[in-house]
Amino acid sequence: MFDLDKWQEIFITMKKNKMRTFLTGFSVAWGIFMLIILLGSGYGLENGVRDEFEGDAINYVNIRQGITSMPYKGMKPGRFLQFTMEDYEMLKTLNELDDISGRLFVAGESLLSYGHDYATFPIFAVHPAYQHVEDLFMTSGRYLNDKDIEENRKMVAIGKTVYQELFKGKEDAVGKYIKINGVPFKVIGVFDDPGIARDLERVYVPITTAQKVFTRGNSVPHMQLLLGDTDTEESRRVIDEMIAMLSARHKFDPADTRAVGIYNPVEQYEKLMNLFSNIRFYIWIIGVMTIIAGVVGVSNIMMIVVKERTKEIGIRKALGASPWSIISLVMQESILITAFAGYVGLVAGVGLLEVISKNIEIDFFKNPEVNIQVAIGATVIMILAGALAGFVPARKAAAVKPVIALRDE
Amino acid sequence: MISLSGLHKSYITGQNRLHVLKGINLEIEKGEMVSIMGSSGSGKSTLLNIIGILDNYDEGEYKLNGKLVRGLTETQAARYRNDMIGFVFQSFNLIPFKNAVENVALPLYYKKINRKKRNMMAMEYLERMGLKEWADHTPNEMSGGQKQRLAIARSLIARPAVILADEPTGALDSKTSYEVMEVLQEINKEGITMLIVTHEKDISEMTDRIIRLNDGLIEYSNGIKKKNVKKMVTA
Repeated sequence: MFDLDKWQEIFITMKKNKMRTFLTGFSVAWGIFMLIILLGSGYGLENGVRDEFEGDAINYVNIRQGITSMPYKGMKPGRFLQFTMEDYEMLKTLNELDDISGRLFVAGESLLSYGHDYATFPIFAVHPAYQHVEDLFMTSGRYLNDKDIEENRKMVAIGKTVYQELFKGKEDAVGKYIKINGVPFKVIGVFDDPGIARDLERVYVPITTAQKVFTRGNSVPHMQLLLGDTDTEESRRVIDEMIAMLSARHKFDPADTRAVGIYNPVEQYEKLMNLFSNIRFYIWIIGVMTIIAGVVGVSNIMMIVVKERTKEIGIRKALGASPWSIISLVMQESILITAFAGYVGLVAGVGLLEVISKNIEIDFFKNPEVNIQVAIGATVIMILAGALAGFVPARKAAAVKPVIALRDE
Repeated sequence: MISLSGLHKSYITGQNRLHVLKGINLEIEKGEMVSIMGSSGSGKSTLLNIIGILDNYDEGEYKLNGKLVRGLTETQAARYRNDMIGFVFQSFNLIPFKNAVENVALPLYYKKINRKKRNMMAMEYLERMGLKEWADHTPNEMSGGQKQRLAIARSLIARPAVILADEPTGALDSKTSYEVMEVLQEINKEGITMLIVTHEKDISEMTDRIIRLNDGLIEYSNGIKKKNVKKMVTA
């Protein structure tokens, strides 16, 4: 296959027709460049969105007490529903449920203090299962547990940011007491969350404790149903079951979407991931189509090349060139142009992506990149494209009849 | 060396069938120098193309060096041409972007002889043709006579049994024509069979035998005492 003379000939013809070679190659380079940029951006978008989800579990359903908007069994719409610990206990019995947590916000920003240091951070009153909703991990100590709930202990797990504010990062927080609106709570742990910084500006206390200390009765306005390994269908089943239970208890129309606010990240996530795989699919189609346009260009040019070189090919055949040697001459030129131009496009595309990913920060767009499989895929496409582009012209060249080619005009 | 019997060839163009060769019988011995004459359309170029295995024939038999040439694949035909036949054309048919050495060496490339050896041999033949100084020049930098000598060098390099020359002097003035014929006579002396298609009487008189073609048939085939070009020029 490697034959210095053939390559020399190819280079000579390419050099003699610089503009033609350049334009031919450009169409292919552009095709590959576009493909790389599109694929890279697709990945960037996907990475960005994945990143937004990171730090929170996606396999849970969040529900919130709402206001009825439909009349039901003689009751007027506009009723405020109030979820309580009874609802929490009832929903615990749902099938296909891994765990459940209630959540109560202690009104407004609450004043925290440790010694002479003060700070205001939101207080989340929750069940232990909430740790999995936010995907928190403890850097020291522990999270809330069932005992804390049962015994209404005044315990608190604090975020990393809170820890830094109150303890200035100097001493160990676990076992120390901080005051929340004047009430002392024992710090049981400090948590981190690889997601969003905002999530670290919180403290968690047992929901039962909060109900008592901050006089909230037994209200549980929000609940998080943890589903474990799940898909959209399963999450919907759980939601239907849950609505049926709540509707029976609170007497609202199960079709009333305003009565219970539902946020289902499982469905959102799956939708997004489907969207991305579709985007990727379309990007490949667009990219391959662009490359095909380039290939047609190369093929077209090679056709002209063969026509221009008819006489030369005739001479070669008269001197003993076999059809195969002619075919390989044309195909190799085509593959060389395509592969080289394609490589240039690949490098340019990857280079641009590098610059973008280093210098540009946009929400939902992070680390646009192409992986090695894509690069290999693109290379294979280039070689195939070159061979494909050269094939028809090569066949035409091989079919040149020396008699006709040598005829004197 | 070349043996043709009952050779027929027709060209079909659309509805028309053009019968070009209507039964050619011809024997050319090894080492003979033969000229084929005839008016245009008499079929002399077609005959040369068939002998050169550039074209096929419809009927009859063609033996080259004892081997029947019939129904060859393109690859086989290419092989035969490469091994046995050297071509010299009216319009030289040199490859314009290759220099003299590369042009001459081209048949050896198709014999898969390595580059160094090919170029060495090509230099030898260029030297024989008095073109050593022109080795690095491309054909368009050379005169007509030089180009034809270059083409002759190319036809010789693969040591063929037969050289087929289609109007080798057609594009040259008479002085240069004589020089080229002198070269061809020299080569013939070494035992290479030579077939020259020409319409010039004085050129044909420099060969051993004149074959006259008329309307697809051989009108006559006369052996003559050929004129030695070297003597003519020096005289």
